[in-house]
Amino acid sequence: MQTKPLLEIKHLKKYYNIDQGWFKPNISVKAVDDVTFQVYKGETFGLVGESGCGKSTTGRTILRLNEPTSGDIRFEGQDISQLPYPEMRKLRRKMQMVFQDPYASLNPKKTIRQILTEPLRVHGLYTPEERVQKALEILEIVGLSKYHLDRYPHEFSGGQRQRIGIARAVILRPELIIADEPVSALDLSIQSQVINLLLNLQKEFNLTYVFISHDLGVVQHITDRVGVMYLGKIIELANTEDLFAAPKHPYTKALISAVPVSHPSEKKERIILTGDVPSPVNPPAGCPFHPRCPEAMDKCRSEKPPVVQLDNNHTVLCHLLA
Amino acid sequence: MLDFVLKRTLQMVLVTFLALTAIFFLVRLAGDPTALFLPPDAPKSQLEEFRHALGFDRPVYVQYTDFVWNAIKGDFGESLSTRQDALSMVLARVPATFQLAFSALGLSLLIAIPIGILSAYKRNSIFDRIGVAFTVVGQAVPGFWLGLILIYIFAASLHLLPSGGGGSIMHMILPTVTLASYSVARFARFTRSTTLDILSKDYIRTAKASGVSVTRILFRYTLKNSLIPVITLVALDLGALLGGAVIIETVFSWPGIGRLMLESLLRRDFSVVMAGVFFVAVIYSVLNFIADLLYALVNPQIRY
Repeated sequence: MQTKPLLEIKHLKKYYNIDQGWFKPNISVKAVDDVTFQVYKGETFGLVGESGCGKSTTGRTILRLNEPTSGDIRFEGQDISQLPYPEMRKLRRKMQMVFQDPYASLNPKKTIRQILTEPLRVHGLYTPEERVQKALEILEIVGLSKYHLDRYPHEFSGGQRQRIGIARAVILRPELIIADEPVSALDLSIQSQVINLLLNLQKEFNLTYVFISHDLGVVQHITDRVGVMYLGKIIELANTEDLFAAPKHPYTKALISAVPVSHPSEKKERIILTGDVPSPVNPPAGCPFHPRCPEAMDKCRSEKPPVVQLDNNHTVLCHLLA
Repeated sequence: MLDFVLKRTLQMVLVTFLALTAIFFLVRLAGDPTALFLPPDAPKSQLEEFRHALGFDRPVYVQYTDFVWNAIKGDFGESLSTRQDALSMVLARVPATFQLAFSALGLSLLIAIPIGILSAYKRNSIFDRIGVAFTVVGQAVPGFWLGLILIYIFAASLHLLPSGGGGSIMHMILPTVTLASYSVARFARFTRSTTLDILSKDYIRTAKASGVSVTRILFRYTLKNSLIPVITLVALDLGALLGGAVIIETVFSWPGIGRLMLESLLRRDFSVVMAGVFFVAVIYSVLNFIADLLYALVNPQIRY
């Protein structure tokens, strides 16, 4: 792995203000609360966590589909968090996104030909004939054929649509692709096909992925490094192998213990968390995880946990390891 | 597709037939028209003779079957007052009504769609607030009142425009503006809400992620998608306009179908009323049919 990161996120925050009406104070939801991580060229970085922990918001904020509240987003060394709109538009060529819901994320009024040539067209690449040629090439690569070109999205199955969504992102030959739960809307049998497609594309085009998912099995299979998110924060970040072999944070331990075993005779201790994820409007004081943590101490209730640096670039946000 | 056209044509025939039947009986509730056409001191025998000549002395169901039979042949009878063919009287007014209807529609779409799209894009901004306030006022103000006020200002006080009648472009301005003001409000509000809906869709986010520009997103992506509900509204409004904007045409003495029908109704000139209703019913059904075909054109998910 290279030392220079392709993408560098520092203290990224995204708060949403909720207007409660004229007479109540505004409150804010801390969807992403001080997130820091790096993604190196050619690797697959996983972001995992429960629903509502802020992983999708992080992904979208990196691409400035949501405006960040504060923090740095460095892409190839350039801070893009404040980049003006026209420059950001040009940069989108290098950073693309694959969305979660292949049913909603394709424009129902456009044919596949239009959907695939549109990105090239808005960036002023190639002549119209060449664009169609590129669209055909990419269709072939994602496993669809020429005769699909003039169909509309509703004529395809979920897996095929996600292939189109991926083709749309890859046709610009980006450096970075943020895949926001790209397979969670698909049947299990289709999931593996789409994941294999993503892996093949990565090899072929030397892509870097930020892979957002709640499916630990998938994450273990395809990522190089993983960040575990809880209530808007990355509470543990490590190489995938290390994280799954020896999770340090109590939350990560509980998550990993919930991955189904692949063989019935395999025995596994299941850590069951009680309670729900607290509301991000009013997160618990101290460590956000303390109300559900089986190992919580007094300190956890009042003091914010420190960032603990372990071997092998393994970082944990926890008092237990301090 | 052929199935659909056939089915809709049959439906249109049925709708027209039902409309004519309803109006036939309704106008007869208003009473016998013959007395209106004779001097008040005409002797009873003359009245009877006149009624017999026009067929009003026959039982209503006989009059009805007779009417239906003739209507199928395209014959709505003669006007009771002018003795001209009723349907040709209506058709003679068509150009004036169409002129007014299409210019009002064009004007309102030209104003309403940009306002709707921009206030959706800049929602809750000053522009949006003013736009919404403006459209609420537009919808709340009755057309005849606005018409009279416009006549007062531009015709009576400023002497800039004629107060009524037809013939030149100048004559068209006031009625067009009056008619459009109501539609503008409706179209703008509708465009705003559908655009808001579309803007929150995932595929708009996809387009943004590809680097598609804001203008292109608004006018190429959103417009086509938000057009469908607007088409319905336009078809309904245009139907009303083409059927003759009765009140506005009367206020501005515009020589269109609406005024003709109102006058005929007051004179109990039954044949002209029936011919007018026939025309309006056909126009309405045809427009709705066209709207349905347009849906399929803008939305590939709809197939017939």
